Amino acid sequence: MLQISNLNAWYGASHAIQDINIEVAKGEIVCLIGRNGAGKTTTLKSIMGLMDKTRGSAVFKGKELLDQPAHVRFAMGLAYVPEERRIVQGLSVRENLRLGLVASPQKKKEAQLIEGIAEIFPRLAERLDQEAVTMSGGEQQMLAIARAMISKPDLIMLDEPSEGIMPVLVDEMFELFRSMKAQGTTVLLVEQNVELALDIADRAYVLDQGTVVHQATAKELLADDAIKERYCSV
Amino acid sequence: MTGLSFDLIALQLFAGLALGAIYVLFAIGLSLIFGMLTVVNFAHGAFYMVGAYVGLYILMLGGNFWVCLIAVPLVVGLFGVVVERFLIRPLYGRGIDYPLLLTFGLSYVMVELVRIAFGKSGYPFDTPEILQGAVDIGVGYFPLYRLFVIGATAVVLLALWLFLEKTSFGLIIRAGARDPQIVRVLGVNVAQVWLIVFGIGTAIAGFAGLLAAPLQGVIPEMGGTILAEAFVVTVVGGMGSIGGAVLAGLLVGVVVSMTSLFAPEMAKVSIFALMAVVLIVRPQGFFGRAGLMS
Ligand SMILES: Nc1ncnc2c1ncn2[C@@H]1O[C@H](COP(=O)(O)OP(=O)(O)OP(=O)(O)O)[C@@H](O)[C@H]1O
Ligand SMILES: [Mg+2]
Repeated sequence: MLQISNLNAWYGASHAIQDINIEVAKGEIVCLIGRNGAGKTTTLKSIMGLMDKTRGSAVFKGKELLDQPAHVRFAMGLAYVPEERRIVQGLSVRENLRLGLVASPQKKKEAQLIEGIAEIFPRLAERLDQEAVTMSGGEQQMLAIARAMISKPDLIMLDEPSEGIMPVLVDEMFELFRSMKAQGTTVLLVEQNVELALDIADRAYVLDQGTVVHQATAKELLADDAIKERYCSV
Repeated sequence: MTGLSFDLIALQLFAGLALGAIYVLFAIGLSLIFGMLTVVNFAHGAFYMVGAYVGLYILMLGGNFWVCLIAVPLVVGLFGVVVERFLIRPLYGRGIDYPLLLTFGLSYVMVELVRIAFGKSGYPFDTPEILQGAVDIGVGYFPLYRLFVIGATAVVLLALWLFLEKTSFGLIIRAGARDPQIVRVLGVNVAQVWLIVFGIGTAIAGFAGLLAAPLQGVIPEMGGTILAEAFVVTVVGGMGSIGGAVLAGLLVGVVVSMTSLFAPEMAKVSIFALMAVVLIVRPQGFFGRAGLMS
């Protein structure tokens, strides 16, 4: 579904990721792990079209992404939940969800889709008309995920969704990723919570200093303490 | 007291609201554009002036005022769209001062072109016949046309409010003003939204210029004066806040109108005094976000 080859990206003159190769097959959960500053976020931003300068290739459903602006990549079926969540201030929970549909062909079914999302996220259902930024961090993260899911993307990229969230909610969230996969959504997941992530992932890539240093199935990596110790901040 | 009766003050208050209505229309466009594009549109006064001249031209061609009410915002908004697309868009991402300088220069070009086309001296602008005269509003006779200005402004505000609060495009504008990047990630072509917002803002400026024309006549420099006053309105109301622009616009109108009743020589200075007071008490204005420009 997604083939990334020799992907490079820069912040100004600083060469943040170099020759990254990643492949994600349809229906997989693929995990990116690595220390702080390894280049995980930069990789996701490059795929979504949020980096000013990129080189290489990222083919999604047979089409090259890198020469398209971000909004076109969304239309092609990509979704991205940024690390900072970016819940929009001044909008209610419902309006944030609607925002996930404004550019989608599914917009006509808005009421029905919001209802569907509310079933999956009971915490949001209770708070639809509350101002979104007044919710807890965990609830805001749920909203960010819901907003990305509501348009039914083919591939969803999540950047450290469990960061700063209480364990009960994290379990709930990972259960959700499992059911997303079961329904055919492909997931590219960046996580610091390595054990938990590998538990639901099919395969994983380890990044360090802007390059892929290791790749393995999740099972292999779970058993490989040496690699985990070397490249992951535990 | 001789002359300064309650009725006179009440009438002056209404006159202030009519004046304020023009400020409101002018300032909401300015605020909308700043809030969304972070462009301080120094050409806003020139668009206002062009609105009055387009109205004048339509009248010269034999059209009537009601045609102007529809055609002027369309023509001026379309012109705004062209300006955004070809002049301002190439400057995004280079900092706030580039579009500021561009629109500043553009306003001079626009004023000069109008001088060449219509001459340096002004024109009177007839009040449409059925809006001439005065009506009894309880406290005395008030010019019908000014009442119309207040009403037309209320209609524009209501329409804008419905548009922003009740439509998907309004939702995009509200979200995009806070966080353009997430709106982009959610599939919106933000450049196109900016284009439309600039068009709407300038269309409202042109409409304001048309409404002001029967009150003040039409001259090429008419945009410069109101621009200075409207900056006071936006600063008092809070940069980028539409609600603030409405409240502050009416307030400034009333303050100008009241001081010209009690102390005519102070009328021009009073609004700057008002601005100074508001800035001391509340530097971000009524509804502005603190630290917006930092
Ligand atoms: N906006 C930026 N400007 C300049 N350099 C940046 C910027 N963002 C990240 N970098 C640099 O790029 C490199 C990769 O950063 P990135 O954010 O992709 O890492 P990460 O793996 O997501 O880290 P974390 O686990 O802390 O989120 C780092 O060296 C970082 O300092
Ligand atoms: Mg990161």
